[in-house]
Amino acid sequence: MVASTADTVASAHAPPKPHAGLEWTLALPLTAFFAVFFVTPLLLLVVVSLFADSEMTRFGLDQYAKFFGDAFNWKVLGSTLFLGVKVTALTLLFGYPLAWLYTRSGPRMQSALILVVILPLLTSVVVRTFAWVVILGRDGIVNNLLLTLGLAETPLRLLYTENGLVAALVQVQMPLMVLPLITTLTRLDPNLLDASSALGAGPWRTFFKVTLPLSLPGIVAGCLLTYAASVTAFITQSLVGGGQLLFMPQYIYQQTITLHNWPFAAAISMVFMVSVLGVVMLLNLLGRASKGYIHA
Amino acid sequence: MAALQFARSQDRKAPPPAAETASTPGGVAVTLDGITHRFGTTTAVNDVTLEIKAGEMVALLGPSGCGKTTLLRILAGFQSQTLGRVVIGDRVVDSLPPAGRGVGIVFQNYALFPHMTVAQNVAYGLEARGTAREAVRARVEGMLDLVKLGAMRDRFPKQLSGGQQQRVALARALAIQPSILLLDEPFAALDKNLRLDMQIEIKQLQRRFGITTIMVTHDQEEALSMADRIAVLSRGRLEQFGTPEEVYDRPASLFVNSFVGSANQLKGRILRNAGGTADVALDAGAVLSAGTFDSGLAEGAPAVLCVRPENLRLAAEPAPQQIPGTVELALPLGPVVVYEVRTADGGQVKVTEPRVAGVPLREAGTPVRLHPVSPQACRVFAALA
Repeated sequence: MVASTADTVASAHAPPKPHAGLEWTLALPLTAFFAVFFVTPLLLLVVVSLFADSEMTRFGLDQYAKFFGDAFNWKVLGSTLFLGVKVTALTLLFGYPLAWLYTRSGPRMQSALILVVILPLLTSVVVRTFAWVVILGRDGIVNNLLLTLGLAETPLRLLYTENGLVAALVQVQMPLMVLPLITTLTRLDPNLLDASSALGAGPWRTFFKVTLPLSLPGIVAGCLLTYAASVTAFITQSLVGGGQLLFMPQYIYQQTITLHNWPFAAAISMVFMVSVLGVVMLLNLLGRASKGYIHA
Repeated sequence: MAALQFARSQDRKAPPPAAETASTPGGVAVTLDGITHRFGTTTAVNDVTLEIKAGEMVALLGPSGCGKTTLLRILAGFQSQTLGRVVIGDRVVDSLPPAGRGVGIVFQNYALFPHMTVAQNVAYGLEARGTAREAVRARVEGMLDLVKLGAMRDRFPKQLSGGQQQRVALARALAIQPSILLLDEPFAALDKNLRLDMQIEIKQLQRRFGITTIMVTHDQEEALSMADRIAVLSRGRLEQFGTPEEVYDRPASLFVNSFVGSANQLKGRILRNAGGTADVALDAGAVLSAGTFDSGLAEGAPAVLCVRPENLRLAAEPAPQQIPGTVELALPLGPVVVYEVRTADGGQVKVTEPRVAGVPLREAGTPVRLHPVSPQACRVFAALA
């Protein structure tokens, strides 16, 4: 899924090939690496998930039956997938204007904006997440401000809530949304916008009829990356979400490390992976439909 | 020049307006009044005044960076000028956005909306103006018939050839019944054969609609063949505004003379200057009299005499008003022969002679004498310091 996303982000114009037919050998080292360290463990995971008991003595689909038979598991899966939807939607909502502002700015402003956007990528995820703990905590920056301004009488519970988690994830995943958007928006021919306004369209009509449809590939690429990253963001989910909120990565972790129930952990990993892949494929289909006419 | 005659002869046969174009907008006059535009400290357009008549086709001609595109963008309303007024019809449009000026514009790269079909592209302006659906459909069909693209209505722009894309762009611009049509380097992206076809087609459409059209181009042949009048621009200044004949035969400045067509520049000094005719003693060793607009050129002043290659002939026998020289190179180009001739002062002169069957080419090294066919078609300008 990462490969297809990169394809969406980078332009698809390949230069003429000098040694046609042999380029595939360049991919051999990476293929070997993936085979040993990604495909093999994944196959092992499949095998482990097919053990019927936690002692791994006999095969059977009992783990999957157990997962789907319990409403609690459905709820964890559902809330994880929905968390991704909320984070992705908000990231898009905040990221799009930012990317648009970037394309309209002078070179100096552009460097400043790009720095702000990629800054989160330059710091460790643990540091970033703890920064959010400091901001959202009972004695944190937000609560202190609200109390000082008299907007709240007692500190609000922000940390360890889903809304706090969504806010933290939106900030953490912002670059994954903004960078693909910037790529598509800068490639948009400014004459199209001039043509639209000369034909009598106002700024909003131009945006909804021209800019938005033509930036769809960037939107899809950004959503794909943001969604995949936010549903699997174990560290942020655990630290900002705390013990009260349970999402799939934390659930898998508990089953493996705390309860040593490897077959069940493997089974819910498989279910989680397939669900996320399903969403990603759906987005990818959308992207492919919109990509056809862009790279004319 | 063949293109010029072809285009003209086609015009006379232009059919009367068809029924669907009965609501012909007709032309309006356009005035650019003292337009100056500065980007930071550089002046892109410097005090340009143009009065364009209703229904006229005007070419803004000049090399890149001469300010012609800036002028077009100011006319369209994409940019507001630093100084001056733009009048379209009887309205001063300086404070109006592009949509309010009634301009149709065809961009150099056509700027068709890639995610819309041909019909959707043409309908875009009408829908933006809130035209009723049935009226939009009828008008789109009419416009597509006009540019002969009815069969392509459901194709996307990238499925069309360059000429077809340009026709869509034209149909889209004309669909909103603009009072003026702006064309930005309209033929630059087309290959040579297609270019001539599209030039004829656009010229016919323009005549049929009677729409005032302003075209930006760096291609002098395009300007000469298409436009009723040409505005030659250089470094933001208007050098000359006149008919193709005026610009070609009576260039107002040394720049116009060398930019439009090609010109040999012969250095010399003024002997006499009166009544629009100047006698020049050329460094190459002859005295020629030629036309000039510059009555301020005093006796003895350094001057440049411009003579076009097709206005020169080679002669073997001596006669008055001849420049001696030696043939350096002969290029037979089919109907004409181009000779490169070295004059006594070391200058090089190009001569284009019609090819006469059975007459051998003059070989390199042959001494010849040059003389202008029409001295009045030569021009004298002050030499640049």
